[in-house]
Amino acid sequence: MPSATVAPSPVHASHPAPSGRRPRKAPAQRITNNVTGYAFLIGAVLCFALFSWYPMVRGVVMSFQRTRRGVTTWVGWDNYERIFQDPSFWTAWKNTAYFTVLALVLGYAVPFVVAIIFNELRHARGYLRVLVYLPVMLPPASALFLFKYYAYDPSEAGLFNAILKFLHLPTSQWMQSTSMAVPAMVLASTWMNMGGAVLIYLAALQNIPGSLYEAAELDGAGLFKRIRHVTIPQTKLILSLMAMLQVVATMQLFIEPLILANGAGTQDSATSVAYLIYQHGFFQNDLNGAAALGVIMLVVLGGFSAAYVRLSSKQD
Amino acid sequence: MTTRELGPRTLLSHTQLTRGKGPAIYWTLLIAIVVIFTLAFIGPLYWMVTSALKTGQEVAQTPPTLFPANPDPQNYVDAWNNLTLGKLLFNTIYYAGGALLFQLVLDTAAAYALSKLRPIFGNVVLGAMLATLMIPAMVLIVPQYLTAIDLPILHISLLDSPFAIWLPAVANAFNIFLLKRFFDSVPQDLIYAGIVDGAGPLRILWSIILPISRPILGVVSIFAVTAVWKDFLWPKLVEPSPETRTISVGIYAFAGGTPQNVVIAAAVIAAIPTVIFFLIFQRSIMAGLTTGAVKE
Repeated sequence: MPSATVAPSPVHASHPAPSGRRPRKAPAQRITNNVTGYAFLIGAVLCFALFSWYPMVRGVVMSFQRTRRGVTTWVGWDNYERIFQDPSFWTAWKNTAYFTVLALVLGYAVPFVVAIIFNELRHARGYLRVLVYLPVMLPPASALFLFKYYAYDPSEAGLFNAILKFLHLPTSQWMQSTSMAVPAMVLASTWMNMGGAVLIYLAALQNIPGSLYEAAELDGAGLFKRIRHVTIPQTKLILSLMAMLQVVATMQLFIEPLILANGAGTQDSATSVAYLIYQHGFFQNDLNGAAALGVIMLVVLGGFSAAYVRLSSKQD
Repeated sequence: MTTRELGPRTLLSHTQLTRGKGPAIYWTLLIAIVVIFTLAFIGPLYWMVTSALKTGQEVAQTPPTLFPANPDPQNYVDAWNNLTLGKLLFNTIYYAGGALLFQLVLDTAAAYALSKLRPIFGNVVLGAMLATLMIPAMVLIVPQYLTAIDLPILHISLLDSPFAIWLPAVANAFNIFLLKRFFDSVPQDLIYAGIVDGAGPLRILWSIILPISRPILGVVSIFAVTAVWKDFLWPKLVEPSPETRTISVGIYAFAGGTPQNVVIAAAVIAAIPTVIFFLIFQRSIMAGLTTGAVKE
């Protein structure tokens, strides 16, 4: 056991002022300091209070109330029961879950593979990076009308159908087909959003020290073994973080059904939980039901985050 | 390939890239990748711009034509006039500019307070701000809307007012976080030097911190502007009148009763400002994206 060779001097012990910290101030000055501090904070704090913190509480409260003709009463779990009985509720969750899973496969694996390929290229990297990020900058409404009118046109004049026909493959009804609606939305959404993920993965890949690959190569590891044993472990943190962010983002699927499918789509084939919130809140005059739906979505996401934290702490 | 071109070691070794069939395979793959990605990412945009130059008849033709037979800007003219795009563009720029100004003033001040002034419970405030990042926007949309149409205590409605976009834009935890982290890296000695010279907190922020913080202010500005430009549901709800709509919402509102080509022409016009903005600021945008995500 190391003996106390450098015993703290009594002066230090009685004045715990660790170096790098501000020196202690007189009480009066501390008060002015706090007042100035909050004077600088107040604008942002008010905006957060009005548009984030208060709505959060209000949403939960509203989900247990019902407002009819201006009179608000507490109704317990009534809103939740009504929401659970809505047949669209389960379809919406089924579609959202299907979208989330497909988006994870496409929108998560594809950008990673693309980033790995880009990182191996010694030329045109800047051009390719601008290219994949370009759709991210488009207003989603613009991009989605492009998909709706040209790519997913169910006749043979549609771009995708023209390509399929050219390849002698059967054409599709796209958004009008009940089975293709969700995959078509995933495709459009991945095209619009993958740029951000590609750039983040690229930055992570550039941080991997080259010596690790050299060592793996000396051990006789081939290309795929190097990816499995060097690339993936070295980017694990950012990969798992992005998976979580992706789930949060895809669960909010809204503008894709709204524009591509004019809302819920054929037989609710494109409806989503977020779209249902919008429907209840702004068309069915059921703000309380919409609030309950919001709380349900938050609980599901909370469950996901908890599982994520559990899993990632177990692995370490 | 020269050694400089080879750059740092990645998955593939320099030997693999330079010996034997390496270069041939590399160049073939490079060209294939450039062609595929250009088709996949510029192709649709090309399609969008040129299809809007076609007549309705030509668009419905099978197989689709690659070039417009008689390029006719009439769709663009119709879009501009019938959809009042000038007005919509002005609105969107006005909202984006205002949101930028509000965020630069209020979020910078807040980040400065949290980073340098550190009042009591500052960390609690920061934590409460960061917690909002975990809450999906859709969960809050209804209570947020109700708040905007009837502000607590004041009982005024922000409906169709630009403040309905500007004020919620300030509640941006990610930008405050980026700013705070950058301010944290400003040496404390500089601040002390300012205090010794008799500078107050505002003076220190203005003359010492902000000049050093130009790169991060650029990143935050870009995020602020693009967020407003791309947003759809919130402006659709709080700016419902034809006079106050944003361009995305306006196009959506008109889409039902307008020929497809005119809608696409309008979508092209709506996308031009962001695309130009991106091409000008692409370096800062990409740098900002990765500082936010990868560092640490």
